Amino acid sequence: MDVLTPRTLDEALRLKAERPDAVPIQGGTDVMVELNFDRARPSALLNLSEVAELRGWSRENGTIRLGAALTYTEAMEMPLADALPALAEASRTVGGPQIRNRGTVGGNLGTASPAGDALPPLLIGDAVVELASLRGERAVPVAAFLTGPRQNALADGELIVGVRVRAADGPQTFMKVGPRNAMVISVVSLALTVDHDGAEIRAAFGSAGPVVGLVTAPLAELDGFPERVSAAASPIDDVRGSAAYRRHSLRVLTERALERCLQ
Amino acid sequence: MLAVRVELTVNGERHEADVWAGESLLYVLRERLGLPGSKNACEQGECGSCSVLLDGKLVCACLVLAAQADGHELVTVEGLGQDGGLHAVQDAFTETGAVQCGFCTPGLIVATADLLARNPSPSDDEIREALSGNLCRCTGYAKIFDAVRLAAGS
Repeated sequence: MDVLTPRTLDEALRLKAERPDAVPIQGGTDVMVELNFDRARPSALLNLSEVAELRGWSRENGTIRLGAALTYTEAMEMPLADALPALAEASRTVGGPQIRNRGTVGGNLGTASPAGDALPPLLIGDAVVELASLRGERAVPVAAFLTGPRQNALADGELIVGVRVRAADGPQTFMKVGPRNAMVISVVSLALTVDHDGAEIRAAFGSAGPVVGLVTAPLAELDGFPERVSAAASPIDDVRGSAAYRRHSLRVLTERALERCLQ
Repeated sequence: MLAVRVELTVNGERHEADVWAGESLLYVLRERLGLPGSKNACEQGECGSCSVLLDGKLVCACLVLAAQADGHELVTVEGLGQDGGLHAVQDAFTETGAVQCGFCTPGLIVATADLLARNPSPSDDEIREALSGNLCRCTGYAKIFDAVRLAAGS
């Protein structure tokens, strides 16, 4: 096994083109577990932690661009938390402080777990994932990027460099069910926003299907919305919870999230 | 086999080590640099026993690739105290008896020192949140809270 440590994005893309099998590592909160437990032995690791271009965030009019290396701790800080409240709330539920200081939004997209806490907040904000390779750049909507449980649309030689998401233009919230208030992989999660301009409700669920899912409705169709979100999910029975419990929880979470956003 | 050379500053001292490419920072600290204060338990970021400060940020050393620490600064529990004395948080844990088997103690002490450096007088909820990534299997949390409150007051 080799470790490749590029200092610039150009160098990172060149190394990824030369070694398409190299596994990118940023915060390490997923990749290191695989290595520590002998579940993965990639031929190379592409250490992205020295690539400054991947860090930070910026705002252009109503769009927020998050660098792939943005940590959950950074997503919780003002003024970003004001622009993307559901992402900030979701970030507060990730692991503990040690995990939030290392884990990144780009890593959550790369791992593409249906339980990824950053994913429902990105989905309600029409997020677009920025991918780069030596061939150039392309932008893929997050719903198209996530192709299955722990599967994504990254092509050979491509890296996730950032994600663009619409700043909140109405109240947003995030909720998550789990056995305790920290260090929990969600049993089910929900991000919801009431978009005042379009008078539209947008909800995205996690841990209730092979990928996160989005459900939208005009505000006029508020009444049946919790049922619709619950019906849109395709949960399974697993060690964290049953499919029936997840469907029930999604309906309850949607009711509560609507109350919170519309009060 | 040991393909990667890393140079890192630990508790103010420069170190070099030849490491396996997939090796964790925790393994380097404990097995190569002779600093066993950071404990090895879950190896998946669940328990916080290996908490250290990497460039001033609280992290689990088991989830940092050793090569990612190359050129960076670390503080471990061994380096918290000054001039051979204990850190105020270490004194507070001793005084309140916030130590049972002691395995979680180094991680909790580093996490508490990090909390108090950022927030010198935390509320109980803020203490709970700051220490939520550290597990004590003896369930000595009441005494640990006493220790944090004592250290915050001292």
